[in-house]
Amino acid sequence: MSILIFADQTQGKIKKAALEAVQYGSKIAAQLGTTATALVLGPADDTELAALGNYGATKVLHAADARLHEVESTVYTKIITEAAAKENAIVVIFPHNFDGKAIAPRVAARLKAGLVAGAVSYPDTSNGFVVKKSVFSGKAFANINIVSEKKVISLIPNTYPAVAGSGTATVEAFAPAINDADFKVKVVKVETVSGDIPLTEAEIIVSGGRGMKGPENWGMLEDLAKALGAATASSRPVADSGWRPHHEHVGQTGLTVRPNLYIAIGISGAIQHLAGVNGSKVIVVVNKDPEAPFFKAADYGIVGDAFEVVPKLTEAVKAFKGKG
Amino acid sequence: MKILVCISKTPDTTAKIAFTDNNTKFNEAGVQFIINPYDEWYALVRALELKETVGADVHLITVGGADCEPIIRKALALGGDEAFRINADSADSYYIAAQIAAHAKEKQYDIIFTGKETIDYNGSGIGGMVAELLDLPYVSIAAKFDLNGTKATINREIEGGEEICEVSLPVVVSCQKGMAEARIPNMRGIMAARTKPLAVVEPVAADTLTSVVSFELPPAKAGVKMISPDNVAELVKLLHEEAKVI
Repeated sequence: MSILIFADQTQGKIKKAALEAVQYGSKIAAQLGTTATALVLGPADDTELAALGNYGATKVLHAADARLHEVESTVYTKIITEAAAKENAIVVIFPHNFDGKAIAPRVAARLKAGLVAGAVSYPDTSNGFVVKKSVFSGKAFANINIVSEKKVISLIPNTYPAVAGSGTATVEAFAPAINDADFKVKVVKVETVSGDIPLTEAEIIVSGGRGMKGPENWGMLEDLAKALGAATASSRPVADSGWRPHHEHVGQTGLTVRPNLYIAIGISGAIQHLAGVNGSKVIVVVNKDPEAPFFKAADYGIVGDAFEVVPKLTEAVKAFKGKG
Repeated sequence: MKILVCISKTPDTTAKIAFTDNNTKFNEAGVQFIINPYDEWYALVRALELKETVGADVHLITVGGADCEPIIRKALALGGDEAFRINADSADSYYIAAQIAAHAKEKQYDIIFTGKETIDYNGSGIGGMVAELLDLPYVSIAAKFDLNGTKATINREIEGGEEICEVSLPVVVSCQKGMAEARIPNMRGIMAARTKPLAVVEPVAADTLTSVVSFELPPAKAGVKMISPDNVAELVKLLHEEAKVI
């Protein structure tokens, strides 16, 4: 018996959400009196693989096959279920990110395992195997009992921040039984914005809305984000007007984010926007309109003109960081 | 060309979320139900666009009770050709996927579209499960879908960007914003929908692997702490000392 965690990588680096999943899986393993094995597919160097021991994995399976560079759900499912059988895994864990959403349901169907997608708690095993998950776009939680023998869970990023310990893991090469015909979807091009922090992994996000009046005013938000070490985001009208790229759009139709700090500038806070950010630990709202609905969901609020408040805030952050 | 669009009934986006029966059931009182927005705006409309450009029969499927019929009729009014309601109630994604897969196996679709997730259970599981049960390729969270004969070019969202991929039909695709522009039904469509076939099909035997034990609401916010725009240093101090996020 074991817990298997799919630790996805990008360009050889294990994703932050995957480190969180490994840590989460290793704690479940401890809870169930077993061990945690992390599975890495595609390129990753030995240091990166061994470091998974710091997050609680005692074993790392690595399939270095170059064909696994990009995620292909059919073949990934085949490999993950093969690893699950080899490790006699009773629970398979994924980060609830783009890769996890693509693969976890397939693996669950293949293993005939109940799936909790978007978990926000450790399992309660006092009466069944009950995992809390986010539902109604973050407006509520459901406690779900997985009744099948095998279980699949995907963990929402930023739920349990990954904290490196001093554990060690043995790294084992894994050669799954795959052939070219297993690859059904061919990736022809990958377009990522290099240098930016992916929003779903960002700890601090500075987000702008229509109140910013135009794309030419975004420099101000970028300055604040830079001072904070934050990523920038936008509301839907901003993305729809083409002021900012779609991949920065946060909300019900865009990305769901759960940073430690979400700073909303000039965003009124429509329910669709809140659905994408209500998992944030702390929300700061800056808006000219004291009646903006976002203030109801905020922890801290400033009623004021963004064009006056933001530069002052940037200076205050810089002064604070200078002292720190 | 035959396309299947999976349709789910969800509470309206702005519905007040509350629970009854000792927090075991969603309180439907006063709630308006709609087609899950991702199913309607992106999955269904992209299927209808393909119907108009390359020609296709667009079938709709939903798993649920008779209370799902108004939303299925709306999907027909938008331009769907035929609808199937699998007469079963379940919140378990494996059970639902098994019903859709059983139907699809018999009908042999070229494309199966789902929304990227439902706005009630947010499981994002049906597409991948259906693909696995039918042994088909699956492309998740697609923002663009172009067809060239029996080959599809699909833009799929990944962390911090997009991936463009190619796949031969048949394929299962989950859809998000970007796939299509939302439409509203017109009077002709609404009238036509009344006579379009809506078959009620009894479910196949399938296991339920999960069950909802209870629901809960997040703890109430303590309330917003207002800070003067002339004293932003105070905000920085609170974020560091009180909230401990910077």
